[in-house]
Amino acid sequence: MNNDGSSLSSLLALAAFFAVTSLFAVGGANSAIPEIHRYAVDVQHWLSARQFADSFALAQLTPGPNLIIVTLIGYHVAGIAGAVVATLAMCTPTSVLAFVVGRASERFKGAAWHGALSRGLVPVTLGLTAASATVIASVADYNWVAAAITLATACVALFMRVHPLWAFAAAALIGALGLI
Amino acid sequence: MAMNFPPGPAADPPAPKPNSKVPAAPQPEPAPRPNIAELFTAFAAISLSGFGGVLAWARRIMVEKRRWLTAEQFNEAFALCAFLPGGNMVNFSVIFGSRLRGPLGALAALAGLLGPPMVLITAVGALYAHYGDLPVLRRMLTGVAAAAAGLMLATVAKMARPLFKKPFKNRAVIGPVIALATFTAIGILHWPLPVVLAVIVPVSITAAWLQS
Repeated sequence: MNNDGSSLSSLLALAAFFAVTSLFAVGGANSAIPEIHRYAVDVQHWLSARQFADSFALAQLTPGPNLIIVTLIGYHVAGIAGAVVATLAMCTPTSVLAFVVGRASERFKGAAWHGALSRGLVPVTLGLTAASATVIASVADYNWVAAAITLATACVALFMRVHPLWAFAAAALIGALGLI
Repeated sequence: MAMNFPPGPAADPPAPKPNSKVPAAPQPEPAPRPNIAELFTAFAAISLSGFGGVLAWARRIMVEKRRWLTAEQFNEAFALCAFLPGGNMVNFSVIFGSRLRGPLGALAALAGLLGPPMVLITAVGALYAHYGDLPVLRRMLTGVAAAAAGLMLATVAKMARPLFKKPFKNRAVIGPVIALATFTAIGILHWPLPVVLAVIVPVSITAAWLQS
């Protein structure tokens, strides 16, 4: 961890990083997972790879939108102030953008450039989501049992209508029994 | 669910809707316009009922329970949100709240969406700081992370299906190439996201433009 610097500089670093990154989260907050991992774990050493994966899992288990992993990372770095700053930084720039575009969207609906923009972003989002899955899977004690859980969950989600909480419960149970 | 929602296809407002059970049947009359407090509580309810992503609950509460939107309006608004950067639900709360009650409505909806889960996740973070080293907890969280990665893979498969369907028709092979290049740069080479997107997004949009 890198908490020895002044907490103000930590807060500024959190704010700057998440404000910029939010604008590149094409297709949703999960698209930013690899970038958050790269910066928080590899560059700033705010948390270990293990803690990052734990934070992701905890955010999945807590009700709320996906981006609350950002709140958790902010809390880890700089306590409650960090949690608030990181969340606001992650939401404010894109909220302002959404506010402006939401008001103007009636005007450009159906414009050709709008269609090209939408279609052009689909494969990028796809690549980013695949990268997120890879980053989450590459945690320290990811072994063949964990890989089997990943594959089984993917199959269940694709071919059955099961609430994701059941998959999480089953996976947590396998972990609790010491099988991972 | 741990999902990203891809920008909807052009000129085709209904976005992908994995959990849609909304019938296209005639809709009842829309409910009266909600006030600021109702916006806050509705989004708090959506946020707290959805584990790991809240789209299905947003649809249920907005369209079926409170009837503030028709299914078509919901799809149109959500397609726009998925196309904008940032959290899909955050964008949705801002656009929906502002359309109904202006800037204050947007703030109320956003506060409802984020406030309660922020309190919860901060409490979770405090517990994790104390007990995060317990071996049994670590193994459980590893299991959950593995399952969450699986949900993301399922999302990838669902998104990839239309992209890889007719890759050689109409020069559409560029889509899979873009997806693979993005994945390699970010997921394997761990290059910075802004740099990668600054190159790949213009290429991808130009390609989509030339195809249309």
